[in-house]
Amino acid sequence: MDIQSIHPLVIFFAAITTNNILLTNFLGMCSFLAVSKDLKSSLGLGVAVIFVSTFTAPLNWLVYHKLLVPYGLEYLQYIAFIIVIAAFVQIIEMIIERVSTLLYLTLGIFLPLITVNCAIFGCVLFLVIRQYTFMQSIAYGLGAGTGWALAIAALAGIRTRMEKKSKVIAELEGPGIALIITGIMAMAFIGFSGIVKIN
Amino acid sequence: MSPIITAIVVISALTGGLTILLLIAEFFFANYGEVTVDVNAGEKTLKVKGGANLLSTLASQKLFLPSGCGGRGSCGTCKCRVVDGGGPLLPTETPYLNDEERKTSVRLACQVKVKNDIKIQVPEELLSIKEFETVIEKITDFTHDIKGIRFKLPEGETIKFKAGQFANLFSKPYDEVREETSRAYSISSAPKDNKAIELIIRYVPNGMVTTYVFKHLREGDKVKLIGPFGEFFLRDTDREIVCIAGGSGLAPIRSIILDMIDRGISNRKATFFFGAVTKKDLYYVEEFKEIEKNHPWFKFVPALSRDDSDHPYAKGLITDVVSSNYSDLKNMEAYLCGSPGMIDACEKVLTSKGMPKTQIFYDKFS
Repeated sequence: MDIQSIHPLVIFFAAITTNNILLTNFLGMCSFLAVSKDLKSSLGLGVAVIFVSTFTAPLNWLVYHKLLVPYGLEYLQYIAFIIVIAAFVQIIEMIIERVSTLLYLTLGIFLPLITVNCAIFGCVLFLVIRQYTFMQSIAYGLGAGTGWALAIAALAGIRTRMEKKSKVIAELEGPGIALIITGIMAMAFIGFSGIVKIN
Repeated sequence: MSPIITAIVVISALTGGLTILLLIAEFFFANYGEVTVDVNAGEKTLKVKGGANLLSTLASQKLFLPSGCGGRGSCGTCKCRVVDGGGPLLPTETPYLNDEERKTSVRLACQVKVKNDIKIQVPEELLSIKEFETVIEKITDFTHDIKGIRFKLPEGETIKFKAGQFANLFSKPYDEVREETSRAYSISSAPKDNKAIELIIRYVPNGMVTTYVFKHLREGDKVKLIGPFGEFFLRDTDREIVCIAGGSGLAPIRSIILDMIDRGISNRKATFFFGAVTKKDLYYVEEFKEIEKNHPWFKFVPALSRDDSDHPYAKGLITDVVSSNYSDLKNMEAYLCGSPGMIDACEKVLTSKGMPKTQIFYDKFS
C-alpha cells in the first residue's frame, strides 16, 4: 500500500498503540525512567512532550522538504532538526512564562528537560524516513507524543502503587524494576498489533 | 555553487533566522525592564535588568550566594528567603526544601526568576562577601613547605569577617595551566586588621594554586581574592576552648586567638595543641609563647610526633597529647583544623572523653 494514501487518523492511532515510540522503539527512556516516580510530574512532562512533538513534527517537515531537499542537503537533517527543536522550545518557554504563571508551572518548567529528548528527535526522523505528507506528520507528531505520555503516565501509576504495596528486592529498586515493568508493558502493547498497521 | 558553500549558506540562514526569531521573542516576552532587588529590608537596594534568575542576577551585582552546581537546581545550596515577589514555589525546588523552609518562604535562588520588584533576605555574612583585587604585601617562609602571605586590600576598602573563616584565592594562568583557578585558604590574621588579610598556604605537590603561589607569586603582584566564607568560627559561649591544628591548619586558630585578645575575652580558658612531625615543621612558636606569657587564659602546646632530638615540646601524636591532658571534656568546646585524617582521629578522642559532637567544630582540608 502506498504510504501517502494512509489516512492521518490511522497514523495517529498507530503512533499511540502499535508504533508507540517508547514501548516499541524505546526512545525517550532517560526522562521516562527519571520522572515516572511521580504521577503529577509525569503528566506534566507527558503534556509537554505532546505539545513539542506536535509542533516540531510539521515544522521540521517543512524544513526538510522545503529547505533541505531542494538544495540536496538531506545529510544535514540532524543538525537542522536539533536547531529547530531547541529554538522552538526556547520561544515557547518564553511565551508561556510571560502569558500564564499557572501554565508555566504545569508545563513550562518541563520544556527545557525535553529539548534534547530523543523521543522528539526520533519522531522527527521517523516522519522523514517513512516519507509522511505534511498532514500525516502532524498526526504522527501528535500521536507519538500522546503515546509517550500514555506510557509514562501508566508507568508512573504502576510505580506509585508498587511503592506502597510491593516489596522490591534492593538490587532492583528504582530504574531496575522500572525497566522490567517497561518491558512487560511493551509486551502488552504487542496486543494492539492487528488493530492498525503502518510501516 | 559548490555543495559545501550551499550547505554553509543554508544552515547559516536557518540558524540566523532562528536566532533573530529568538531575539525578537526575547525582546517581546522576556524583557521585564529594570527591577529592584531589596536585600535585607532596605539594607541594600540593587537596580537590575529583569528576566534572569535570582542567583545570577545577584552574582552580577557581586552578591555571591553559595552554589555548588552553578545554577542547575541540582545541589540545593543557593537557598535564600524571598519575602515578596518571588512567585509560587516550583516543583523543581520542592525536593530541596523542608517544611520549615517552605513555611518561611525559603527558595532556591537559581530557580526564582526576577521578573518584578523582589524582596529577599540573605544571611548577614553574605553581604560582606566581596571580590578584592589585592596586592601581595609580604611573603614569609614559615617552613620548607609553608608560606605566609599578606594581601593588601585596595585603598579605602575593608573586609569584615569572623575569625576562623576562609577566602578563595585565584591563580592566574601560568605554564600549562590555561585557566584561572581558585582554592580556599583560612584567614590567619585578626578581623581587626581589616585593611589586609593573611593566608597560610602549604605546598601541595602538583597543586594548581599552590604551585602558582610557590613558584610564580612575588611581592607586589596583584591577585584576586573572594571572601569571607565558612561556618568555622568561635561560638558565643562561656565554655573552655580546646584548639587542635596541624600544618597550615594553624591559620584559623591564630585568627581566633588574636580576635579573642582584641575583643578582650578573658573569661574563657583556651589551649592550642599544634601538631607537627619534627621541629622544622613548627612556626609562629615565638608569637604564641608571647601570647601565653601575656594572657593567663591561653596555653600553647606544640607536639612533635617523630622528632627524637632534644626539644622542649610534647612528644607523640597530637591525639595522644590531647588525650593525656584532659580527663573530662563534657563542658568544653573544640575547634579543629587540619587534614581529614587528623580531624576524624581527634573527634574520636574528644567524644571518648565525653565531649558532645555538637560542641566540636572543624574545618577539614579537602
